[in-house]
Amino acid sequence: MPVFYERRQLVTPGDLLAENDYLAGENTHKENGRIYATRVGLVNYEDKRVYVVALKSFYVPTVGDTVIGKVVEVTLGGWVVDIRAPYPAMLRASDALERPFKPQKDDLPSLFDVGDMLIAKIVAYDRTRDPLLTVLERGLGKITRGQIIEITPTKIPRVIGKQGSMISVVKQETGCQIIIGQNGRILISGKLPEDERLAVMAIRKIELEAHTTGLTDRVTEMLKKEKGTMEVVKNVSEET
Amino acid sequence: MASLMVSRVKQKRIAQLISRGKRLDGRELTDYRDVQVETGLIERAEGSARVRLGKTEVLVGVKFELGEPFPDTPNEGVLTVNAELVPLASPSFEPGPPDENSIELARVVDRGIRESKAIATDELVIEPGKKVFVVFVDVYVLNHDGNLIDASCLAALAALLNTKMFNYEVKEGEVKIKPGYKPLPIRNYPVAVTFAKFNDKLVVDPWQEEEQVMDARLTMTLEKDGKICAIQKGGYGYFTPDQVFEASKIAKQKAEEQRKLVVKE
Amino acid sequence: MSQKKPEKLIDENDVRLDGRKLNEIRPTKIEVGILANADGSAYIEQGKNKILAAVYGPREVHPKHLALPDRAVLRCRYHMAPFSVEERKSPAPSRRELELSKVIRECLEPSIFTEYYPRTSIDLFIEVLQADGGTRCAGITVASVALADAGIPMRDLVSACAAGKVEGRLVVDLTDVEDKGGEADMPLAYMPNANAITLLQMDGMLTSEEFEQAVNLAVEGSKQVGQIQKEALRAKYVVSKEAEAEKEEAEEGEQ
Repeated sequence: MPVFYERRQLVTPGDLLAENDYLAGENTHKENGRIYATRVGLVNYEDKRVYVVALKSFYVPTVGDTVIGKVVEVTLGGWVVDIRAPYPAMLRASDALERPFKPQKDDLPSLFDVGDMLIAKIVAYDRTRDPLLTVLERGLGKITRGQIIEITPTKIPRVIGKQGSMISVVKQETGCQIIIGQNGRILISGKLPEDERLAVMAIRKIELEAHTTGLTDRVTEMLKKEKGTMEVVKNVSEET
Repeated sequence: MASLMVSRVKQKRIAQLISRGKRLDGRELTDYRDVQVETGLIERAEGSARVRLGKTEVLVGVKFELGEPFPDTPNEGVLTVNAELVPLASPSFEPGPPDENSIELARVVDRGIRESKAIATDELVIEPGKKVFVVFVDVYVLNHDGNLIDASCLAALAALLNTKMFNYEVKEGEVKIKPGYKPLPIRNYPVAVTFAKFNDKLVVDPWQEEEQVMDARLTMTLEKDGKICAIQKGGYGYFTPDQVFEASKIAKQKAEEQRKLVVKE
Repeated sequence: MSQKKPEKLIDENDVRLDGRKLNEIRPTKIEVGILANADGSAYIEQGKNKILAAVYGPREVHPKHLALPDRAVLRCRYHMAPFSVEERKSPAPSRRELELSKVIRECLEPSIFTEYYPRTSIDLFIEVLQADGGTRCAGITVASVALADAGIPMRDLVSACAAGKVEGRLVVDLTDVEDKGGEADMPLAYMPNANAITLLQMDGMLTSEEFEQAVNLAVEGSKQVGQIQKEALRAKYVVSKEAEAEKEEAEEGEQ
């Protein structure tokens, strides 16, 4: 069962990763018993599966995902939402209002207008049509405060961490509310702008060092150090 | 509204037959369809020919104009090839400026004639560096039933062989036409052979329905001594190097056969 | 304003005007991800050729009626800047550019998993900033890298290299002056895993034996180009990896 690379080696499209008994995982393709990489990234072998963690890829809608989108158009029956995917997403009025949609009475722009940011969930998606969203569940709806940053979608799992371990560290140390969209958008909402800035710093660090080990500890260290510095500055400015 | 799109069932049938070495219209894999060549149909043109390759029909007209030579070839006449996929030739052709398909067709036909030096352009000079004959070869596709390239190249060759130049003399810097004609000096006879690939099988002269199923096409233009003077791969698939060499061998023989239809010894 | 034609293009020791051996490709350098707005981009310098490629997509198709129900549509524009050639070229697309846009598109599409993204378009732009022969090959090479940089899933990279005949000898990667003064020029593009030739054109005169040799030369040249493409893609990532390792060391040093 030959494999041709070591774990976590950098591969490019067309690189032969394994032969025969292996299963083709993410970002790979099997042809005539041979498994090739389809994207640039780090190759990994787990049990009998070979997959590539892509360096860069774009978000492909998946039913059940929570996403953060931007309203780009108001139509007769709903809204067109940009979710940073190859396809625009649709939010129908019936998936935004808790009661039936009455075109004569309901003014859609007053609910969500062009430029509004939403937290939504993907309820339907297949090859023949654009993804459908809903905002009718708890925690979904228009975003009214905080800031939104964008990272490449492949790094989202790292930002979350094993069973949420990484993101809980960031939430704890910064006191911010953080909502992660699977489509690479993250909402950070804190009591003070400094708190939000800290959280952004942490997430950028995770994005940059996603491929390294011991990251959770280093992020915790960085946050504590930055907070310490901030405290000193605050005390100094209070004294003067 | 008629659609030329081939149904899935038929597509499968065509591919299956070819994998077994047979074609839907009964031809062998390397057979051409029946060819009919007629020349001199358009009296207004200096030369003309119409080729029917199966149901594909192409008309080529040749006209002369006086013009200036290109600055890097002051002692040569000029050749210009243009192609039009006239809307009446197929439900898929739309009126408008030349699209990428008609441009590709024109440039492949042009390459065959130009690289084989079929036209003796050095004999088209009236005043070196100043005045030469410009030969316009216009390819007019009248019915598209596949393999426009081979049909167009054959028609262009036949039209050029049919072309007559008027006699002239230069008096006081003016070109004066004298009575009588002489044939356009032709030194080579380029013939294009187009292949369609279906997995590991190569097929010569694909007709329109085969073109919809094929992986890719490869055209080789050969001059009279069997040398290759132009190659064009088209379509979204690929050829292996061995398939390309196989095509080269078959093309040599087929080009000779096709040439005999147009060039009378 | 035309260049003086050189006396000989290859000397008696089979050395070319620019010092290369017959089967040597020009020095090639590729940079990845150099344009901020494009989803993927790359830049190549091959001899005097300077070419930029950018990819947008997969994205919504405009106009909508061009969308395909079962796969992405690949659109390609090969264009030469007016100042890229010796005599200024009009910015309007020429017939040559239109033909090349078509054959380049047909050459790259087999490498892309277009069936993963129905009803979208992948738009590829190739801009030749400076030309010295073999621009369609260099253009294909840099475009394939740009597609990989955009994160578009591919079966393989496509690598391109021309072969030809100059002063009776078969050579690889012809410059403009060699193309104009030579007997044949044959651009070729290749995908190694499938042993697939996805672009093949020729103009000039070759016997069938010479043609066979030329194809083999061009395929070998393409394989060399392929190594350069892979290195360029890796280099972009390795640089950030090294930078991070340095930063970590520095931080540890402080504590």
